[in-house]
Amino acid sequence: MSSFTVVKTEDLDAEQEKGSACVLRGQTSDLGCLTRQDGSVSLSQGDTTSIAVVYGPAEVRINKEQIDRATVDVVYRPKVGLPRPEHRKQERILKNTLEAAIAANLHPRSSISIIIQETEDLGSNLSCCINSSCLALLDAAVSMNFMVAAVTVAMKENSDMVLDPMKRDETEAKSVITYVFDSMKLQVLTIVSNGKFSRAEYKRGLSLAREAVKSVLQFYRESMSKKLLMSE
Amino acid sequence: MRETPLSNCEREFILNFIAQQKRLDGRNAYDYRDLRIAFGVSLGCCHVELGKTRVLAQVSCEVGEPKQTRPHDGVLYVNVELSPMACPSFEQGRQSEEGIELSRLMERCLKESRCLDMESLCIVSGEKAWHVRVDIHVLNHEGNILDCASIAAISALAHFRRPDVSVHGEEITIHTLEDRNPVPLSLHHMPLLVSFAFFSQGKFMLVDPSSKEEKVMEGKMVVGMNKHRELCTLQVTGQMLLLKEQVLRCSSIALTKVTKITELIHEALDKDKQARLKGEKHGFAMLVSGDRVTANRLPTTEVKVDTLEISDEMERSQSSSEDGESQSGNEPMEEQIVATPKESAVEILTKGVGVIGEGGTSTWLDIPQADSKQTAAKKRKHKLEKMEEGIDDEGSSEEEEKVILK
Repeated sequence: MSSFTVVKTEDLDAEQEKGSACVLRGQTSDLGCLTRQDGSVSLSQGDTTSIAVVYGPAEVRINKEQIDRATVDVVYRPKVGLPRPEHRKQERILKNTLEAAIAANLHPRSSISIIIQETEDLGSNLSCCINSSCLALLDAAVSMNFMVAAVTVAMKENSDMVLDPMKRDETEAKSVITYVFDSMKLQVLTIVSNGKFSRAEYKRGLSLAREAVKSVLQFYRESMSKKLLMSE
Repeated sequence: MRETPLSNCEREFILNFIAQQKRLDGRNAYDYRDLRIAFGVSLGCCHVELGKTRVLAQVSCEVGEPKQTRPHDGVLYVNVELSPMACPSFEQGRQSEEGIELSRLMERCLKESRCLDMESLCIVSGEKAWHVRVDIHVLNHEGNILDCASIAAISALAHFRRPDVSVHGEEITIHTLEDRNPVPLSLHHMPLLVSFAFFSQGKFMLVDPSSKEEKVMEGKMVVGMNKHRELCTLQVTGQMLLLKEQVLRCSSIALTKVTKITELIHEALDKDKQARLKGEKHGFAMLVSGDRVTANRLPTTEVKVDTLEISDEMERSQSSSEDGESQSGNEPMEEQIVATPKESAVEILTKGVGVIGEGGTSTWLDIPQADSKQTAAKKRKHKLEKMEEGIDDEGSSEEEEKVILK
């Protein structure tokens, strides 16, 4: 048994105002919330929050140097205890996704490192991590081929779908799928799934997520343009 | 990444400034920076901001065997994580000297002050006991991590509740949270650490040093104290000698600081409790207000998907997702550049802001767009030449900008 945190259910229910199942929880972003980094953001999706920071393009360790492209380093830091294999897996997923998005060949022999700190995992943690790291990359003004945005969908036993599920929905669901899209053509970039689902369910989830991801991307744009327009 | 060292010039400036009884951020010698304490949704999750320094602490628990030497006691682990998140000079995985000092001091502050009643954590003597774990994550390093971490750790411990346990003979039941209300840890007192920085052979003293002041200081004294004026920890580092009067003065300053901070912690705990009782929204998401330029807030959004649309889209998505799989890799840059001149409608919002993340041509620089296809190719050639000469300015930056806006 590993160390666990305690969350009261009534605290979770506090003003979740989640009426129907097809609702994205409220999002907040705070760009440049930290000072020592090139880019930083604290993003919350409902009660799930994470902080992502970006350093780069910067000096790279000689053994990690790649002569034709920047080395992308991703570190995921769990809130409780030391990183375990499951966190390494998450790190890997994040790395593969973000490597596609970052225009790494513009900065050869340098490193772009992204560090993500889980601050509150109350459902749809992976999509929150992906979204926060993309916003942090935007905040650091790292050149990107496209933006990435993720949405999680949970399938219940009765094949109902829950968009942006909370922790309870995730544990009750028979399968949880996280879809990651690019911003240019809304094409699928990464799929992370857990549990059993049929092909039809996958496709229904995909179209729902694709619809939902538009508002996530809109949120990126709003946050960035608010910062760029008003900080002049 | 290596830490940028402080220049001699800056060092002297700061020292001279301190000699004039002034500080870089306009504080007085004995002032703390602004302190903000916030709690997360999960119990025992505390976020403390001391000026710009930020620390996150999380308390968690598990049931395990007590230590052989202390069969009637629970176990308290303290783990301080200094990661590259806080400051680029901290390395991942390897504990620096600074990190070891920090975690040792935190451990001494929390364990050896006996602030937590360990015996109440015991379930069955010698067999089962609660292991309480405090994870302290430093998020931003702007000086005086130690004080910030100690405030975060003690507030998190005070905020934490563990599941209730009942023992009937051999049977141990850990009650679920719905079954029985979780119980708080019994915290006897709140030891807090206050750091003092000394300059010019202990002639000048500052409370709550910022990161620049920490770099030029000669020595540091850390006083751990609770509001009952009980000294819990005392540590002096650095090359300096202190007089008895100075130590006494530090301890009396520490007392006033500790009393004030303890009050603040209680106030924050109370506020959080009230919010929870009323069923109001609380947690980190509430910290972000939409007022600031850098912060943004989006209320819950409903995603409208009609059933008809789904079946329609299913066919489309089928084809497009297959496309996606074949194309989703990292497209080579060359293609991207060639594709740029395609006249896409770019709505220029204001000077300096393109349509973020929607692709299209650069709106950051005033470049004639007409023959960009040819010039792009030419420029690349130019760039190569330039790079050899070592004057690589215009061309590269322009190409970069284009990509940013996609």
